[in-house]
Formats: sequence, C-alpha cells, structure tokens
Amino acid sequence: MTRGRFASYVADNQAAGRLVVQPRMGFATTEQMRGGLLAVRAARATTAGTLTLDSFTRVGDHASAARALVHGHDLNGYPLVAHGAVMTRAMLEDIAADDFPVQVRHGSALPLGIFHALLDAGLDATEGGPVSYCLPYSRVPLRAAIDEWAACCELLASVGDGRGAHLESFAGCMLGQLCPPSLLVALGILEGLFFRRHGVRSLSLSFAQQTNPGQDLDALLALRHLAAEFLPDCDVHLVVYTFMGLFPRTPAGAAAILAESVRLAVAGGAARLIVKTSAEAFRIPTVAENVAALEFAATQAAGCAAPARRSFDPAASPAYAEARLLVEAVLDLHPEPGTALAEAFGTGLLDVPFCLHPENANQARSRVDPDGTLRWTRTGRMPLRPATGHAADLGSAELIDMLAFNQRRFDTPTTEPTTPALSPAR
Amino acid sequence: MRLSTANAPVAVLSTIPSDSHTWNLVYLHLLLEEHGFRVVNLGACTPIDELVAAHLRHLPDLVVVSTVNGHGAVEGEQLVRRLRRHDRTTPVVIGGNLGVAGSADERHVPALLEAGYTGVFVGDRAVDDFRAHLRTLHARPHLAASPV
Repeated sequence: MTRGRFASYVADNQAAGRLVVQPRMGFATTEQMRGGLLAVRAARATTAGTLTLDSFTRVGDHASAARALVHGHDLNGYPLVAHGAVMTRAMLEDIAADDFPVQVRHGSALPLGIFHALLDAGLDATEGGPVSYCLPYSRVPLRAAIDEWAACCELLASVGDGRGAHLESFAGCMLGQLCPPSLLVALGILEGLFFRRHGVRSLSLSFAQQTNPGQDLDALLALRHLAAEFLPDCDVHLVVYTFMGLFPRTPAGAAAILAESVRLAVAGGAARLIVKTSAEAFRIPTVAENVAALEFAATQAAGCAAPARRSFDPAASPAYAEARLLVEAVLDLHPEPGTALAEAFGTGLLDVPFCLHPENANQARSRVDPDGTLRWTRTGRMPLRPATGHAADLGSAELIDMLAFNQRRFDTPTTEPTTPALSPAR
Repeated sequence: MRLSTANAPVAVLSTIPSDSHTWNLVYLHLLLEEHGFRVVNLGACTPIDELVAAHLRHLPDLVVVSTVNGHGAVEGEQLVRRLRRHDRTTPVVIGGNLGVAGSADERHVPALLEAGYTGVFVGDRAVDDFRAHLRTLHARPHLAASPV
C-alpha cells in the first residue's frame, strides 16, 4: 500500500481517532490564498488545506482568469493555472507540509491542465471524477471526460517515486441534493474502479449528507462495505460532505446541520469531513467563518463516542442492495470501467435525477418523504423499483419545498437541545 | 400544471459560460412552464455561442439568464452585448447572485440594464419580482400564453 503526503496524514489521524476537517476555500490572489491557508492551518482542529479553483479555471478559460488578475477583479477561487507553478510554490512555501497537506478542488470535467499545474506546484491530492465532474457541472461529452480523466489518473499514478498522488471521487455528491443515496454509493464505487483501472491506488470515496440521518448512515456503511469488496487492494478512506444544498439561514440551524454531519462522519467511519459555514446560505464564506466552522466541527467530533464496531449486515441495507445491483449491472456492460460508465448513461442504466447534462437520460425522479428519506418515484431504465403510490411529476413549488427540506428542518426551532453557536469568534 | 402547447411562447433558459449550477435552471424551467412557456433549457456552463445559436434557431419570446456563481456581472454583460448584435427587441432578463460579494448585487443593475437586459432580478425578492415580470410579459399581445 502506497500513500503520499495527503493520504498518509489522513490515515495517521484516523488511526489516532481524529477526524480531519477541511474547508472549501479559494481566493484570487496568492496573498489572500496564503492568508486563508495559514488561518486554516492555525485553526484548533485537525485540518487539511484546500485550494478551491475559480470557475474560469474550471472551464479552461485561463485567459479570463489572468485578465481578472491583471485588472484586479475578484474571482470565486484560486486561478492555479494562471498563477502557475512558480507562484503557487512560493504561495505554499512553509505552509503545505506533512502535517498540513493541501488538496486541490476544481470541479473541472477536462482537468488535465489543472493536474499538470498542481503536480508542478508540488501538490499530491485532488478530486473529481469522469462522471461526477462531467454530468452535474458541464456540457462536456461524457466520453471526452472519461478519456481525459483516464489520462489524468495515469499522470497521478506516475508521480512521487511511484507512490502516486491521491484522488477523491466526488460521486457521492451528485447535484448536492435529491439523489437517492444508493445511486451516490454506486457511482462512487464505479469511479473508484475507474481510478484503479488507470493506476490510482490511493483514493477516497465521498458521501454528501442528505435529508435523513438514518438513511445517510446506512449509505455510508454500505459504501465502506462495497469499497472493501470492490477495491480491496487500494488505500481507501471515506469523506463526508456537510449538506451541499439550500443551507439553513439561522446560525443555530447552520450549527445543527454541521453537527449532524460530524456525527454521520464519525459513526460511519469516515476519515475526513468537508464542512460548510454559517454564511453558506448567503455568500462565499470568509476565512474567519471557515475557521469557526472547522473548530466547531472538531469540537463536535471530539465529543462523539468512537464508532461502535457495529456489524453491518448487507442483506439488511437498502443502500447496499440497490448500489450493488447498479454496480454489477454496469460492470456487466464492458470490462473497461470507463466504457461501461459511458454505455450505462447512454442506455439509461444509470440516470441521475434532475441532471440536465445532454447525455443523462433525466427520466429518473426522486422525492423527499416527510421524515426526510429520499425515495425513487421514477427509475427510468435503471434496474430499480420506484416507491409506490406517488406521482413523479412535480411543480416548481414542490421542487422548492424539497430543496428547502433541510432549511426547514434545521431553521425551525424544535424542542431538541440547542447546539452551541457557529459564528466566527474573532 | 403544464400549459404548454404547440403555440405556446418560447423561453430560452440559460446560464453564463463559467456557471455550473443547475438547480436554478431546473426550478426556472418548471416555473416558466407553469407560466405557459415552452422552455428550451440549455443547461450548465452555456457558451455564449451556443446561446446565440439557440436564440437564432428558436426565435424565443423571452431569454432568461440565471446565474449564481458570482461571475454574472462580468459574463452576463458580455452575453447580452453579443445577443443584442442579433436581436434588439426580445426581452432578455438576468437574475441570481451576480457578484462575489452577495448582498452588493444591486450595484451591478444599472450596467446590466445599460448593456441590454430588460430586467435584472437580484436579492431576496428576485423570484417574486421575476414572477411579476412574467405576468407583465403575458399582457403583451404577442406573448399571450394559450393554455388549453
């Protein structure tokens, strides 16, 4: 088993019972970015750093990113390629280290230039995937994304004196919300198999908190079980994302949903958590808001009991049953995971609800039950059965209602004990 | 409730080239259908060329640009200037979060109107204002929806 800086740090902390917490964070200038990373590093928490790239860089429009820098315009992230390796190495000097690894988060369907830039800058961890960064966020043909991601994986596998770099699949976060967990789990395993096929041996699989904690925990445990079955020869850790959809607007609601995601991560055996902040419903958070969220998450994690060595029974897991069915049906299409994925979407065997990419069948539909459980109302040509007794058609008001489920759940005061405030202390 | 018919007015729904968000597009698609439009939804990260091509192909009654990634003030302006080279009359509206600074969006409104938008919808009331705007469009004779 070979691990680079990022994966070693995560594995060592997991072994010591510490949850690694990580922000989303990206700024236009090297000064701002360095300041942000220094603050994350100094936070009272076990942190990993993040370079979130701006959306011009994500779509390969490096000229626009460079123009914005020249004119002093703000960007919504760090333009890694426009700054280049020399500037980025200088920015990271004395910050990125074995005790503070930094991951590049980019959102690009065609990221080969970004991968070259991050490796040239001395970084060894990034994320995404041929499906998870193509279908939800781009209009790039899936086959083109698959081919480019194959080259990206082979590039990652070739670095670090054969240790290889670390790659996280973003498939557990498809569209952020309203995707039933079994499909998220299946896509994570399939992207993991794709990474492995193209040489990556150190990888992480993601899962984004949804709308029902019990369903989320079942999915995370199913993901861990399937990873052991399908990727036994890889170094794999799990990463949980605090809810990515319409975020609670009250400080108490934001704190409570973040705390729930911490409990999910700990109970489900995840090694890492990507947090959200109290500002999430309104704007891109400040550094101080990010630090507050990281410290809050660390405090919550320290207060969680170590996960009971629960015996996971696959036969009793709804997520496991559906995910395993999907994974096997896709792998039956073709021995190459990339080709199998392309064919699966081409034929509607995989179908992400509400995803507008031209190659997604977009026949599948889901709904949120009153208790927050996500259910299929229409499964299109996937080999799954929809829940009975519910119409699949929905209007704009119902959609907003479902998208705002967690906002209501956490912003509406209940009789539950209040969670400490989540706002910057400094 | 779908009122669209073959004669329904057509709305082209788009975002800006750098914006990968789509829930706003899924929502507005349903909302426009409920207001009687047939919707051509161009999906995430729409290149301006593709928007112009779709515009010339569908000759829509309304163009809706929705963006939330913070680059709307910049790319939204480029987009409408390009579109206006081909079409100076069709209503073109933009809404969402237009700048990186969130609540400071109001300051982008004059420049976007000057560049060619007929409506700019930002802030907490953006959706309500947009719905009201859709109702005023319906008052225009050539845009009257024809529900069955």
